Amino acid sequence: MSETTPDVLLSLENVSLAFGGVRAISDVSFDIRRGEIRAIIGPNGAGKTSMLNVINGFYTPQLGRITFNGQPRSRMRPSEAARQGIARTFQNVALFKGMTTLDNIMTGRNLKMSRNLFWQALRHGPALAEEIEHRKVCEEIIDFLEIEAIRKTPVGKLPYGLQKRVELGRALAMEPKLLLLDEPMAGMNREEKEDMSRFIVEANRRLGATIALIEHDIGVVMDLSDRVVVLEYGRKIADDVPDVVKSDPKVIAAYLGVSH
Amino acid sequence: MSVLYQIFVDPFAQMASAPDLLAQTVWEGFVGGVLYALIALGFVLIYKASGVFNFAQGIMMVFAALTLVGLHEKGMPAWVALGLTVVVMYALAWGVELVVLRPLVNQPDIILLMATFGLTYFLIGFGELVFGGNPKEMITSQLGLPSGAVDFEILGGHVTLQKLDVAAAAIALAMVLGLALFFQKTRIGRALRAVADDHQAALSVGISLNQIWVIVWFAAGLVALATGIMWGARSDVSFALQVVALKALPVLILGGLTSIPGAIVGGLIIGIGEKLGEFYWGPLLGGGIERWLAYAIALAFLLFRPQGLFGEKIIERI
Repeated sequence: MSETTPDVLLSLENVSLAFGGVRAISDVSFDIRRGEIRAIIGPNGAGKTSMLNVINGFYTPQLGRITFNGQPRSRMRPSEAARQGIARTFQNVALFKGMTTLDNIMTGRNLKMSRNLFWQALRHGPALAEEIEHRKVCEEIIDFLEIEAIRKTPVGKLPYGLQKRVELGRALAMEPKLLLLDEPMAGMNREEKEDMSRFIVEANRRLGATIALIEHDIGVVMDLSDRVVVLEYGRKIADDVPDVVKSDPKVIAAYLGVSH
Repeated sequence: MSVLYQIFVDPFAQMASAPDLLAQTVWEGFVGGVLYALIALGFVLIYKASGVFNFAQGIMMVFAALTLVGLHEKGMPAWVALGLTVVVMYALAWGVELVVLRPLVNQPDIILLMATFGLTYFLIGFGELVFGGNPKEMITSQLGLPSGAVDFEILGGHVTLQKLDVAAAAIALAMVLGLALFFQKTRIGRALRAVADDHQAALSVGISLNQIWVIVWFAAGLVALATGIMWGARSDVSFALQVVALKALPVLILGGLTSIPGAIVGGLIIGIGEKLGEFYWGPLLGGGIERWLAYAIALAFLLFRPQGLFGEKIIERI
């Protein structure tokens, strides 16, 4: 049904995921439309990160159907998901700490580079032109994220907020169809959050990336997202535009607890 | 007083009075150093990509040489045997990835280290089973490697270069430079460094861990083959040869486990250092210091740079 609508980029139908006896996700269905910012929220342990891991192929769900870009898929490895245009960032920043900002972002171009290793090694001919072209894309991303000053700094030395930005840059360098952001603002102060929100909105509007976002700051979620799906204990309890979700009694109960 | 003279003055006076001997000693040290560098490179490649200290590197070297000689003994022309050995090393890389690395992914380093011990014993057993345990002679001339020596009349004396040493140094240098270029400048090289830093993140940008591991173990296998031929030509091809790989340890301490240039420079420092030390300072201690001098040099460096000469700076946040 939903995957026949042309503007749906990703649809999940009745997805269930268990680790041994622990059910991380139970029978969850929702979709992500092309061009939207879709938030996934819920209390700790609700299965949000597991959901992202299912989408980019780290986990394979035991049950359910996943359709991406009109193609149903079964088992998929992360590198294939990346090839199909799914990029992501991680809850705990996962960068290549020994490499510079620029090199980290360049790894995002990995799949777009041709395979002529001989010319690459000699920095000559077509490979040089290619390297320059990819470098240009990366420089644009660096400008976009306003991290020119740390271009050559090994990212292990950077403060946390900037590392998060570099990680976003690496994901953007993949020119993804779908960008998964796992708590992009965790541990940031207000100013950093505002910057990051701006980058997310612009990545969506200007660069045209469809975004799925996990975030705990409800204020940010309500401002940024077009639609919100709410998980609790691995089940979906609400799925609608922010205003409706905000006043849903089940959502309020999940966050604040119910009085008995 | 005379002890200080013997340590600090006399050796240098000897060097100055017989520059041809000095050149000869440095050359021999250089050849040894380049070969140490090549062995160390095998360790560095694998450590960088999979975080495994590959205990089996020494045995891989013997196994490669043994396969080459063994296949030749079974009646194959040298070049066919060489080609087939390369195929065997590829199959080994592929097998290690499939049987050892893939099931043990995300296990603690010590588990992977133990697994390479297992690999060592497997290769010894398998090698003996197929090719027999007797020491064999390297097929130097069949591979077109030169023999004999050339004399140079320079520096008021003469310096003798074994042609085999010249070839060994040339091949080793070419391999070291080729691998360094490959891993520093190519897409695969960047992917390799990415894998070394963070498996998950590497996966998320579309790098296939399995592919990188096969490439790296294959590269280490080729390095093992080259070192196996060179060291095999200097002595016999037998499992005793694996102790040469122990000489790579001080090189690794010196150069840092993660640095390709470090392996090269470290190898040269150890190689030349131990020859000079043996020749000029050895007599003071009754000779035979070559065996432990390398470790002493490495230890001295370790005091001042725990991460090695070129090792990555240890960055830690508190």
